[in-house]
Amino acid sequence: MSDLIGYLITGLGIGAGFALVASGLVAIYRVTRVVNFAQGGFAVLAALLTSTLLAAGLPHGVAELGGVALGALAGLIVGVVAIGRPGTSPGTSLIVTLGLGVLAYAVEVLIWGDQPRSFPGLTGVAEVAGARLPAHYLLILAVTAPVFALMAWFFARTDLGRALTACASNRYAAQVVGIDVRRMGLLAFTIGGALGGLAGVLTTPVQQVTFDSDVTLIVNGFAAAVLGGLTRPMIALAGGLLLGVTQTLVAGYGGGAYQMEVALVLMLTVMIVQAARTGPVPETAR
Amino acid sequence: MTGAVQIDNLTVRYAGATALDDVTLAVAENEMTALIGANGAGKSTLVKALCGLIRPDSGTITVHGRLAHVPEGREMFPDMTVDDNLRLGAWRRRRRDTAPIYDLLPDLAAIRSRRAGTLSGGQQQMVAIGRALMADPEVLVIDELSLGLAPMIVTSLVGHLRNLHATRNLSVLLIEQNARLALDLCRHAYVLESGRIVLHGPAATLARDPRVTAAYLGGHVTVTP
Repeated sequence: MSDLIGYLITGLGIGAGFALVASGLVAIYRVTRVVNFAQGGFAVLAALLTSTLLAAGLPHGVAELGGVALGALAGLIVGVVAIGRPGTSPGTSLIVTLGLGVLAYAVEVLIWGDQPRSFPGLTGVAEVAGARLPAHYLLILAVTAPVFALMAWFFARTDLGRALTACASNRYAAQVVGIDVRRMGLLAFTIGGALGGLAGVLTTPVQQVTFDSDVTLIVNGFAAAVLGGLTRPMIALAGGLLLGVTQTLVAGYGGGAYQMEVALVLMLTVMIVQAARTGPVPETAR
Repeated sequence: MTGAVQIDNLTVRYAGATALDDVTLAVAENEMTALIGANGAGKSTLVKALCGLIRPDSGTITVHGRLAHVPEGREMFPDMTVDDNLRLGAWRRRRRDTAPIYDLLPDLAAIRSRRAGTLSGGQQQMVAIGRALMADPEVLVIDELSLGLAPMIVTSLVGHLRNLHATRNLSVLLIEQNARLALDLCRHAYVLESGRIVLHGPAATLARDPRVTAAYLGGHVTVTP
């Protein structure tokens, strides 16, 4: 029983990372209709910078904030390149994000090398209902929950959030009322970058990061996001948590080698079912 | 009298095809002006150019004051409440209080918390007008007020529009396929055909013009004073 509780909490912690990556994908897709394949790279960049800042003696909190800020900046840069030119189609922008993700590999290897890195998070062991697990998993959940609450409040209750939602809801109407949809797209990329960065700095203490860790993150993040048709952040959250828990249970009771396959099978199943019901996923999102 | 909107020699081309050809049009201050024309005449292109949504190939557009747009098909934010739709109308302004709009259009107050996508066509058109008024405009461009709406709803909307025009000193450009409605409501009118202004003048005069009655009024003239 205590094993199960341990797996569940560990899975929720890992899933929170996927959910943050997924919500970044959703934030960007809703406003720009672009699937951002550089999303996992924001987490990697943020984690690598945080490891450097901590090694340089910066305190916890400041170093992590620096990592998240780099994620946001990287998001903005990807946004400028991907959608900066008026008239760029979402398909073209998708390829641009893929290219920038590969370019990021070169930059990361050049600066940080190709060996795995990590940094200490919250140390110690927590005991929850008889299960003992690294306390850092609880920190991940304690940070992720208010971040999602903050996002829900921002998108529903602030005028800037409403304007972002308006671009997602009816792009033409947003232009009619004077909203600069391109600028909103860049803001969405920046928010997506920050969310990806947060995923990176939160999960790296329990999962080492290398320059190509973005593949795992984007596959799992996309699988979580696609559950809600890439447009619903709260379903992406649920999807991320579900994936994390499922993978941990598979690893705990079966074999750790099949974790990625769980995400791929889930993603393919959802896409096939959605395509069979209502046509291709991007079109159903409108 | 100075013009609220002055369009001179406006030309817009799409991929080689000319959508608007040397169009000159004026909307006088505090007046309602109609632009009538069939489908594909170039009305929507003119609206988009006027609202800055497309860039013309040549010509000039001068607007005195703030311009707001009630788009064809209402163009709601369907998952948002009526109140949120209205607030977004004031996106370019600092003041985003919706209370004055509920005073002007009391019918909206009762549905302020409903999602716009669940409203009837007439209610959505009212929200679209309210949303445009949130921008506190001096010039209101209304694209197809009556499209897809029952005659009774249109009559009610026209009543609201007449009141708004009288109380707020709005200059209005009304783009309509329903020529009878447009000529009844407006003082001046323009007729757009294949991207060119082919007729213009006082609406009452145009309503008696045989070319207008034959093409747009089904051969009958019924203009109310």
